[in-house]
Amino acid sequence: MDHKIVGKNTQRLDAVAKVTGRAMYTDDFFERDMLVGKVLRSPHAHARVTRIDASKAKALPGVVAVLTPADLPKIKFATAGHPWSLDPGHRDVEDRLILTDKARFVGDAIAAVVAEDLLTAEKALHLIEVEYEVLPHVLTAEDAMQEGAPLLHENRPGNIVSSFGVQFGDVEAEFQNAEVIFEGDYETSIVQHCHIESMSAYAFVDSDGRVVVNSSTQIPHIVRRIVAQALGLSWGRVKVIKPYIGGGFGNKQDVVVEPLTAAMSLAAGGRPVRYCMTREEVFIDTRTRHGMKLHLKTALSRDGKLQGIHMQVLSNTGAYASHGHSIAMSAGGKFRPLYDFRAIKYEPKTVYTNLPVAGAMRGYGTPQIFFALESHLDDIARKLELDPIELRRKNLIKLGHQDPLTKNVVRSFGIPECIEKGKELIHWEEKKQAHQGQTGHLRRGLGMACFAYASGTHPVALELAGARIVMNQDGSVTLQVGATEIGQGSDTVFAQITAETLGLPVDMVHVVTTQDTDITPFDSGAYASRQTFVTGIAVRKAALEVRQKVLEVAARRTGLAPAEMDLRDRMIVETSLGRTVCSLGDVAMDSFYDRLLAAPITSDTSANVRINAMSYGATFVEVEVDIQTGRVEVTELWNIHDSGTIINPKLAEGQVHGGVSMSLGAALLEQMLFDPVTGKPLNPNLLDYKLPTVLDTPKINAAFVETFDAAGTFGSKSLGECPTISPAPAVRNAVMDATGVAFHKIPLYPQVVFEKFREAGLLAERSVQHV
Amino acid sequence: MAERIDLNLKVNGADHSVSVHPFARLLDVLREDLRLTGTKEGCGEGECGACSVLLNGRVVNSCLVPAVQAQGAEVVTVEGLAEGENLSSLQAAFLVHNGAQCGFCTPGMLVSATDLIHRCPNPSDDEIRDGLAGNLCRCTGYAKILDAVHTAAEREAAR
Repeated sequence: MDHKIVGKNTQRLDAVAKVTGRAMYTDDFFERDMLVGKVLRSPHAHARVTRIDASKAKALPGVVAVLTPADLPKIKFATAGHPWSLDPGHRDVEDRLILTDKARFVGDAIAAVVAEDLLTAEKALHLIEVEYEVLPHVLTAEDAMQEGAPLLHENRPGNIVSSFGVQFGDVEAEFQNAEVIFEGDYETSIVQHCHIESMSAYAFVDSDGRVVVNSSTQIPHIVRRIVAQALGLSWGRVKVIKPYIGGGFGNKQDVVVEPLTAAMSLAAGGRPVRYCMTREEVFIDTRTRHGMKLHLKTALSRDGKLQGIHMQVLSNTGAYASHGHSIAMSAGGKFRPLYDFRAIKYEPKTVYTNLPVAGAMRGYGTPQIFFALESHLDDIARKLELDPIELRRKNLIKLGHQDPLTKNVVRSFGIPECIEKGKELIHWEEKKQAHQGQTGHLRRGLGMACFAYASGTHPVALELAGARIVMNQDGSVTLQVGATEIGQGSDTVFAQITAETLGLPVDMVHVVTTQDTDITPFDSGAYASRQTFVTGIAVRKAALEVRQKVLEVAARRTGLAPAEMDLRDRMIVETSLGRTVCSLGDVAMDSFYDRLLAAPITSDTSANVRINAMSYGATFVEVEVDIQTGRVEVTELWNIHDSGTIINPKLAEGQVHGGVSMSLGAALLEQMLFDPVTGKPLNPNLLDYKLPTVLDTPKINAAFVETFDAAGTFGSKSLGECPTISPAPAVRNAVMDATGVAFHKIPLYPQVVFEKFREAGLLAERSVQHV
Repeated sequence: MAERIDLNLKVNGADHSVSVHPFARLLDVLREDLRLTGTKEGCGEGECGACSVLLNGRVVNSCLVPAVQAQGAEVVTVEGLAEGENLSSLQAAFLVHNGAQCGFCTPGMLVSATDLIHRCPNPSDDEIRDGLAGNLCRCTGYAKILDAVHTAAEREAAR
């Protein structure tokens, strides 16, 4: 299809604001006489508060309020950023209080201070007297499930939050009849989002008595509901504003600071209170990515046809459920529309422990599942002496595949082309030849891994998106969406969809980027790679309605039927002749000022999207491994994606670069560390937590195989989370190719790698050579 | 200790006199007293570089600089990189290459890159990476930031 704007590198709408420092983030707004909030946190991993005395803190000059659990409603609420479920059986787990009198991890929030300045607030924290009854704690999922283990929450026996799995086919029969059975164990570590903007909010009560919360969030409409629920307010009394957001990656798909910040303002008589977390607090008391342990057992034929798989997953969700109950379940479904198994048994267990809370993070558990599966496939290929690429190709599902459980249909399937393209781009065969017979301490290897992902959450959850377009007098339009621009570029993509539909240049589409739940239409927010796909459908629907209304006004002017005209370059054109009949500006002025027929052209619509589209892709990577130091360097990397039609190639590449770098961080560097005895975090800062710097990041190459998916706007599918899935297992497989050593846990930190090489005798070989 | 300290400094070419708390950081003065909120705080510990500014021509983490140390100093923030509406070569290159995503590291990144290009007019890829090593970004994998800095450095060198 021939597009004027879709598929082009439209410059980000917010680019100028961002390079000049004018873009305003939550912390950049100052209210008159703004107060600051600080939080007192538990020093113990598990403890009951037996006495709390805030009188000295309250007496400190400059302190406006001190909050303890006794000062707040005892309403347990769920923090996960999902649409509310009318079915009580599908609700998120309500296990959290704004402040707790039972600490469940080191850093759990016990009390809070509101003061005139930060120094006073910090001083006041030290004056709050708390006595704890320290309880035994558990840090690993295995320990937490042991009989007699301390329980974190009363109503969860065995500390199990969720163990809901799926199965189809007869996996036991497949194992009985299999020519070959393989088993393997894999493990991923706890990592963190590390958005550069902290978790931050400020709140006040406005002159109408409404609670206004300005927050750095991916989910303003959900924040509104949860703040109201947590504080026992009517939902309409809360108003949430989202300005520019300095990165979220899933951490801000959760309600973290907003209920407390609102409570602080209410305690201070409605005065504005800011609560901006320190970086240490962001590490400790926001969310993390679940560390998972996976056991895979696979039945297959000797020539590599996969038949059945039994996947057992142990997911450590930390002290509160957050998204824990849904992540393991959701992530386990993503490989089904990729590889063709006759039988699958998927058994996840998500378990509470006394660690920081795990929640949503780019990929929503899928990176962990694919790390295990794609490592496992390479282990199988190696044992059976099969080509790892051929093994995957042989087992791909086919276009038109319908998932037996979700009923989602695969309407576009570019993974075979992605694999072919990746192989060519990295010169797989040539490099394989060149790597033959390496003996030195620097060894190169090649690895690849595939993935599949969804576009939004259908059919598991509601996928509702709102869009509103108002045509202005000059023929430009103002677009409001409830979806959330958090840096990924969604506002620009929505402007492109609107401009394409209305025959407008992009600079005549004014997108309201600030979300205000009083004003902008309802939408659940930025997550699940849903925005271009789900909200795009709503935007396209609104633009088509505006287009129709424009043509109706033009019909009045021209006497032509609406169907005989088209919108091109701000003009109304008689389609058959290509003749301009009037300008869009004329139509717009009529719509506002015609004495008889004036009615401004608007659309205020929503789309309840009950369809999904699978996205696919693969990573191809070459690494150089230093046997003597354990250092793994990525020397070449390609991420190839089938995300349907690419609406903005440059923005899409940006998503790939960032997603790949996050996966490489998890593969090679990043890991939150805890004292195994006390559960205290050991590296909650950006120095000791090894977020990749520009020196650690290799050149990342992005490529696309553009399919057309009939379900998506202009044929588009999801991309945002996709790049974060396959790089880690591809790197792991490349290290195995280079050295023959199979790693089963990430990150491949030099020390771990070095120790394993020594164990495997690689270093001994070298010392013999030296003798 | 004095309650407040009078601080005189020049920021983006304009003279300012402010009365600051003795513990105030240069970052606080810029953001809160002068309302130059383009400079961001990402960690407050000198690890992320979001608060990078030029202090007497050298790039510093303004979260680590006591405000009193900027007495009489000349400071340039992201707001001072453009001349009126004319963006600097670096800012223009960030637009073309899509160097900003969420945009939170962007001001610090631009300031560090400006410093780099001044110090090292024809930088190699390694030199650019070295110059930006103190600025963390989670969105871009640094790819398009590097492209933008290369482009801007080439344009500056061609002048």
